[in-house]
Amino acid sequence: MTKVLVLGIGNVLWADEGFGVRCIEALAETRIFTGDVTLLDGGTQGLYLLPFLESADILVVFDAVDYGLPPGTMKIVEGDEVPRFMGAKKMSLHQTGFQDVIATAQLMGYCPGDLLLVGCQPEELEDYGGGLRHVVAGRIPEALNIACAWLAERGFPSTEGHTQAADLADASIRKDAYESGRPSEDAACRIGDERFFPRLEG
Amino acid sequence: MVVQTPNGFTLDTAGQRVVVDPVTRIEGHMRCEVNVDENNMITNAVSTGTMWRGLEVILKGRDPRDAWAFTERICGVCTGTHALTSVRAVEDALGITIPENANSIRNIMQLNLQIHDHIVHFYHLHALDWVNPVNALRADPNATSELQQAVSPSHPLSSPGYFRDVQNRLKQFVESGQLGIFKNGYWDNPAYKLPPEADLMATTHYLEALDLQKEVAKIHTIFGGKNPHPNWLVGGVPCPINVHSTGAVGAINMTVLNHVSTIIDQCITFVKNVYLPDLVAIGGVYKDWLYGGGLSGQSVMAYGDIPEHANDFSAGQLHLPRGAIVNGNLDEVQDVDVRDPGQIQEFVDHSWYDYGEPGKGLHPWDGVTEPNYQLGANAKGSRTNIQEIDEAAKYSWIKAPRWRGNAMEVGPLARYIIGYASGHEDIKNQVEGLLRTMDLPVSALFSTLGRTAARALEAEYCTRLQKHFFDKLVANIKAGDSNTANVAKWDPSTWPKEAQGVGMTEAPRGALGHWIKVKDGRIENYQCVVPTTWNGSPRDAAGNIGAFEAALMNTRVERPEEPVEILRTLHSFDPCLACSTHVMSPDGEELTTVKVR
Repeated sequence: MTKVLVLGIGNVLWADEGFGVRCIEALAETRIFTGDVTLLDGGTQGLYLLPFLESADILVVFDAVDYGLPPGTMKIVEGDEVPRFMGAKKMSLHQTGFQDVIATAQLMGYCPGDLLLVGCQPEELEDYGGGLRHVVAGRIPEALNIACAWLAERGFPSTEGHTQAADLADASIRKDAYESGRPSEDAACRIGDERFFPRLEG
Repeated sequence: MVVQTPNGFTLDTAGQRVVVDPVTRIEGHMRCEVNVDENNMITNAVSTGTMWRGLEVILKGRDPRDAWAFTERICGVCTGTHALTSVRAVEDALGITIPENANSIRNIMQLNLQIHDHIVHFYHLHALDWVNPVNALRADPNATSELQQAVSPSHPLSSPGYFRDVQNRLKQFVESGQLGIFKNGYWDNPAYKLPPEADLMATTHYLEALDLQKEVAKIHTIFGGKNPHPNWLVGGVPCPINVHSTGAVGAINMTVLNHVSTIIDQCITFVKNVYLPDLVAIGGVYKDWLYGGGLSGQSVMAYGDIPEHANDFSAGQLHLPRGAIVNGNLDEVQDVDVRDPGQIQEFVDHSWYDYGEPGKGLHPWDGVTEPNYQLGANAKGSRTNIQEIDEAAKYSWIKAPRWRGNAMEVGPLARYIIGYASGHEDIKNQVEGLLRTMDLPVSALFSTLGRTAARALEAEYCTRLQKHFFDKLVANIKAGDSNTANVAKWDPSTWPKEAQGVGMTEAPRGALGHWIKVKDGRIENYQCVVPTTWNGSPRDAAGNIGAFEAALMNTRVERPEEPVEILRTLHSFDPCLACSTHVMSPDGEELTTVKVR
């Protein structure tokens, strides 16, 4: 039987880097699939994701990817293009890691044959402890629609509902709890190094 | 300029400057700069973390019972060990004890992480500093088969046909233009010394290890409910035990325990038949390459871990040893007290933080994270694009932790030197056995290869310990104890108004500590001192250099523009600066570029 893995990758602690993981949360909260579909918060893990790739035939990845486009721009990539795009411009830890995961999966013959990458151009990555920026958070519904339509074409329709998924983030770091519980700027300094905070220059 | 450091190194900044930025293979997180003299010897080394860490600033005001879930996200590799350290810190602060089964399960998970990490490090992060997969394509499968049978007669995967198949698979992979994971190597560098058949054998084990590691990690899924982000619980472990239940969902039952037992046996077999023989075979070819000792021969430290009994962290009860050695005096292993404000202190004289006065050290409970980014007068480049760091000034986002004022090395080699020096029976036997097999003196331990060897020995020891705690868990369950959590103090109304605690573990990379202050049921301060903070530390006010810096000194680099020797030594620490710093090149450029200046 055909198996689907829907994977969100990224680090929720680095603002828009959390896009992929937040998509998975939102997907679990709003949709329910027919068929063998696993929703997984992959975080920034590399090789730990191999067993999940091995057991899947179809892979959907949500991720924040820097395409050099205006913030919030969606970019959809399929098939063999996926690893190439994820490595096109290495902007963060996990992309290098995940590109290597795909390369390793291919070497081992584990890689799912059918791939979709739903990427979103981040606005801000360098805000440790921060949440998604509005322009990126606002793209989540569209990202879910794209993934759901693509999966429906492959025989995995979904309807409104709630998916019980074990592999999601702990409740304390889900989007609302994480973002509303952030300490104030007075209590916890957020400023670092202008190499990474270009807006502070000048 | 020539400078003598208090910890015994002569630094000379004349000569060519080589910048390696960043240096990790899969996840780039740090930068180092060295000066190389006319004989290509390293005469000065500078290690810098390229982004500030701010874990403290995201946890203030949060519920201490949730801290583990945040700390699990700070590292791309060690999710579980940070979570374990965090729940230990909270339990210590609030006076919460855990049941015996929880101790056994936590130990199994922590040992499992050690084994997984060490195997992945050796085969997937570090092997390519010694093994040339491209050269493997030239190997004769028959000769490889003979070599395999000589090196490890009990390993069943050794036929010429098997190696021929692997070689064809590799050829296809390389010919398809997907050098992928192998693309960052310097494959024609004379530093690579293995014959092709050894390269093919080791590359084959690279693939076998990939297959194994995905089974190994399933232990985290079983006890943590899920992976890659297993669940943890202040007061115990979140998985209930119900040996009478069936199926594989939820509670720990016999089906699940049998699966765990199978994985534990697989680990034992792989380490015995593959990992240790490879260490001896590959290490044997490189055994004259004894660079990279750095601080290991003089100052090493471990907090210790894997308590035999729940809630007992006294040094004698820990399977991984605790202690500190300074000035190379192996006759005296001193105890380490992580609560003593005079022992562990962090300094920021050469770090981009501000404590308000020079030369000041702060114990982590009183830690302050106030960024202060400024470049020294002799730095080259701009504030947004540093070309050359000025190590006489502030130069790193990593603080400089010190134990009683000493820069210390932490990690498997530190643990093994401390275990060896303190007469830890298992460790002493392993070390002596390996040195005898390889015909090397004890001094050979203090090297890059010593670090790599200690990791392999530790993996082997951990496989046995994992079995020990599994048997202990099963015996305890059979005796009728299925308790896995103590929730008596779960409710914040039972907590004191103010409390402070510390959690310690030995992460795969070394001593890891989380210090927490709790006030009115919320986190008041949270400081992590991670292993790579110790090893990657910059200089301190007295001028002592850190462990990475020391280990690079006096190493000969064959081709400065292809500094495989630098990578060997830095990789031997299994650096993981995701914990200490965020990494990336600011303009998103290719990772692992080497810039020679």
